[in-house]
Amino acid sequence: MSDILLKVKNLQTWLGEGDRPVRAVDGVDLTIRKGETFALLGESGCGKSMTALSIMRLLPPAGRIKGGQVLLGKTSLLDLPEFAMREERGGRMAMIFQEPMTSLNPVMTIGQQIGEAVRIREGVDKESRDLRIIELLNSVGIPDPERRVGEYPHQLSGGMKQRVMIAMALAGRPELLIADEPTTALDVTIQAQVLNLLKTLQQQTGMAILLITHDLGVVAEVADRVAVMYAGQIIEVAESERFFRLPQHPYSQKLFQSLPDSNKRSQRLAVIQGSVPALNQIFTACRFMDRCHRAFGDCHTAPEWTALSDDEGVRCHLSEQPELLQSEVIQQESHQPIASGVGQAPLLDVEDLKVHFPIHKGVFKRTVGYVKAVDGVSLTIAPGKTLALVGESGCGKTTVGKGILQLVKPTEGRVTFETDELTTLSSRALRSRRSELQIIFQDPVASMNPRMLVSDIIEEGMKAQKIVRDSAQRRARVMELLEQVGLPADSASRYPHEFSGGQRQRICVARALAVDPKLIICDEPTSALDVSVQAQILNLLKSLQLSRGLAYLFITHNISVVAYLADEVAVMYLGRIVERGSVDLLLAEPKHPYTQALLSAVPVVESTSRRTVIRLEGDMPSPANPPTGCHFHPRCPIAMEQCRTAYPELRPLPDGRLVSCFKVEDGL
Amino acid sequence: MMGELVILWTDALIFMLVLFSMAFGIYAAGKEHLRGPWGLVVRSRVGVSTLVILSFYVVVGLLDSVHFHPLLDSKDQAGQQTQSAEVISLFDYLVTPLRERQEKTYSAPLATHLYAKESIELASGEVVRDFPRLTFGGAHLENPEQEWSRDIWRLTGIGVLKGLLVSVVVTNILIALLAGRWKTSFGAVAKVLIKEETTVPWRVLLATLSSVILVLFWSIELSSQYHILGTDKVGEDVFYQALKSIRTGLLIGTLTTLVMLPAAILLGIMAGYYRGWVDDLIQYTYTTLNSIPGVLLIAAAILMLQIYMSNHADEFNSLVERADLRLLFLCIILGVTSWTGLCRLLRGEAMKLREVDYVQAAVAFGVGHFTIIVRHILPNVLHIVLITVVLDFSGLVLAEAVLSYVNIGVDPTMNSWGNMINSARLEMAREPVVWWSLLASMLFMFVLVLSANLFSDVVRDAFDPRLRSSR
Repeated sequence: MSDILLKVKNLQTWLGEGDRPVRAVDGVDLTIRKGETFALLGESGCGKSMTALSIMRLLPPAGRIKGGQVLLGKTSLLDLPEFAMREERGGRMAMIFQEPMTSLNPVMTIGQQIGEAVRIREGVDKESRDLRIIELLNSVGIPDPERRVGEYPHQLSGGMKQRVMIAMALAGRPELLIADEPTTALDVTIQAQVLNLLKTLQQQTGMAILLITHDLGVVAEVADRVAVMYAGQIIEVAESERFFRLPQHPYSQKLFQSLPDSNKRSQRLAVIQGSVPALNQIFTACRFMDRCHRAFGDCHTAPEWTALSDDEGVRCHLSEQPELLQSEVIQQESHQPIASGVGQAPLLDVEDLKVHFPIHKGVFKRTVGYVKAVDGVSLTIAPGKTLALVGESGCGKTTVGKGILQLVKPTEGRVTFETDELTTLSSRALRSRRSELQIIFQDPVASMNPRMLVSDIIEEGMKAQKIVRDSAQRRARVMELLEQVGLPADSASRYPHEFSGGQRQRICVARALAVDPKLIICDEPTSALDVSVQAQILNLLKSLQLSRGLAYLFITHNISVVAYLADEVAVMYLGRIVERGSVDLLLAEPKHPYTQALLSAVPVVESTSRRTVIRLEGDMPSPANPPTGCHFHPRCPIAMEQCRTAYPELRPLPDGRLVSCFKVEDGL
Repeated sequence: MMGELVILWTDALIFMLVLFSMAFGIYAAGKEHLRGPWGLVVRSRVGVSTLVILSFYVVVGLLDSVHFHPLLDSKDQAGQQTQSAEVISLFDYLVTPLRERQEKTYSAPLATHLYAKESIELASGEVVRDFPRLTFGGAHLENPEQEWSRDIWRLTGIGVLKGLLVSVVVTNILIALLAGRWKTSFGAVAKVLIKEETTVPWRVLLATLSSVILVLFWSIELSSQYHILGTDKVGEDVFYQALKSIRTGLLIGTLTTLVMLPAAILLGIMAGYYRGWVDDLIQYTYTTLNSIPGVLLIAAAILMLQIYMSNHADEFNSLVERADLRLLFLCIILGVTSWTGLCRLLRGEAMKLREVDYVQAAVAFGVGHFTIIVRHILPNVLHIVLITVVLDFSGLVLAEAVLSYVNIGVDPTMNSWGNMINSARLEMAREPVVWWSLLASMLFMFVLVLSANLFSDVVRDAFDPRLRSSR
């Protein structure tokens, strides 16, 4: 076929030396047609980034391509000498990376950096080069490009930087754009902007995009075709529409089932047992067999690729019996309905919490202003309930958590836990109350001291709180906790680095539970984890809530997790809560324009529930210098004159929720 | 032989340091994060061979750190053996011939005659000006002109032969030990070693060890009859001087670190962890200290000490004790001027660590500040401390040479490479040039500093988490 742009045949990439190299990419075949968006989907460590880097021949020093063929048009990329390969990179194909922060040189203006790419492709005539830079910046939707060319990367927001990266990639008018997790580091509203931009650019230039991602939602939004990668191999290729309607491979099916959403509230989420096998071995059986719920005898031999149609296929023995391949509906065991906590006194009552960080300047470090990270937040949590705090990065939601725990000293406001006012407690009295409030962090790697054994980590709180004084009893309690979070007993005498991300997060949960807390603040506990592992942790949190009557303050940006887990939701924007209410009401019918935009920007898997994205222009303003009036008015699609002058109070609506918007007060 | 032990300040400190390192070794063996990197160090070829060379230096330095009054042959009235007022070390005792065979003045390496002409009265009563024979160097030769080169070759041959013999014995003992530990046969171990299929590069280790042993026996054999590196102005053996200087170099390199570590670790972590006024105070202290030239501080301190010592001359029992006190003060003042670098590094690291989630989690558990510092911050900055200590070592050895050269280093009576270089200044201006003092000190210092630098590279590679992940 003449419309094939990229053809990869049996690509093999090994990492590391020695007798057991890691076979990061182990026989990958794929074809990308001109102008299509091809998504490579997989969990972390499955080799999807290595595939892209192998195609670009940009492997890290330890990596080497052991075999296979990569054809771009008629050129065989793997046979090119390095100088010719340089022409292809940035020429016919270009790449953008996950971290726009580290992909730009901080000491060069963005004009110079784009100019460099343009100069290589278009020659050295300065005037036409400057014109081309402006044109590129325009095409990626950067407002006021004439001024922006002279700015440095640190003056731009994350979304802007990613646009600059895209502009650089476009400088060579590529036929293929490889985007390696281009939106993972961005907020949902910015992610929506960038995805939209990629779509538009594709329509204008007709380039093909190889989109590498772990996010099913992103795939659903933009991809034409999908390939699922698992343990170094592609296990399923399908048209996007068919993939989301009827996934074929058991792994793909499980992935969908493990996604949390509101319909699954009363059930446990499906989980994929175990973890991805180590890739430094030679597989004889199917790589997914140990984790597969439908494994049978044939699976002991590695399955061959079965083509289902021209460009669809699956790597599974079940495909030999097509009638078996259909997704079977597995009834998940259900959770007990949550006992109603209405009428009880609130466990935690936060009133008008403010955390301001002073900005120092000059030799004498005078305070010249404040970063108002949290600027008057009020919330309550009843015992045994979950309040989700939702917002984009930088809106102050993590600071709220730390302010409640007194990890940062609040500037103003009251934090009442049961009967105690935490902000005025002496440090000694506070220390003794610490056992009742605990926290679980986002990054399970950073939240455990790598120099300590797991048992010491879990015991730390018990020792500090003098809960169990006898060391033998403490030991027994550690074992009990490990069992509760589903880890083997021998974990106690191992170090954190020996565990996978999900297991580490379980240890963190065990550590928090060790002191018998009544409230746990979960600060994005699943955002560093893969979907299937996320499901395990969510199940664990939910069952612990039921058995121990825990209350959670769940800080997250992931709406589907909120829908699955939370009873109440509070949406934060720039240090303040803009809308608060029960989860059903708020997600089904958001009132505040920011909530509406946020919810519409979330990529969704089900094609039926796809809504029109309300595009928010620009980025969140700096909390050091918030806009006058309503903080949201510069980006608000329905802003009025009144919004520019006064901040709307948080007012209750008849249905019980609280909204801070003049429009809503007016009854829209 | 040995009379009353004399424990000098530096001796006590150096053995404390040895005990401390052994205790740390035992502690580290139980901790995966410390044992692992050391495992990497001994798995590297450069690591093991430099380790062998360094341990040779350390053995000499430690032997030289056991001081005592030697017993004299004569007996006092009570029938007790009298002991000399002189203080010598175990090392001095072992190489007594080297120490005692003094010539009149300069003589070249392996020479049989002095380097300066003198009036010699012949048996016939005639007086001629010629190079006189040395009292000890090559004294056994009847006719030096003809027998000299053959004698050198003979001694070399014997030395090499003995060296080879000892190397073979050592190698066999090691293989037998390994065979016992791996529970395989002697031959199998030997085969594995030769093919170098072991994780620890035993072959490299054995090769280095054998060469060290060869050189050792060769020099023992030659120095029994000759001054292999010549003699200095007062006729002292230069080889002996260079060997004695090892202790000085090692002491400066290690004790200084010992002095600076507590201050650097404590203040650095405190500044980074507490922030606020504590941080300001510590930062201003070390910025101020840093802006005073280090040499100036050292010169002031050493000159003051000199005045004190000359005013209180009666407080010191011997010259050795006096020189030792000056060495100790040099270590302390070097420590005072050099803690700031590590302190700054640790402050930054502690500042980073206090915001890390596991420290925040510990705060959320109500763990006290002291416990957090000891349990969470200190173990996570230890690798920086270790890297700095090893990297600083060679710099300090070189610093001693420079300071002694400008006369504000160790006592002039003390053997040190710096003092040797200092005296070589005049010798180089002499005609004909006396080059061997300078060469000897350079050679010994070069080998030590080069192996220390190579070793510290290996240590840094093994301990630095960033370098580890990129491999």
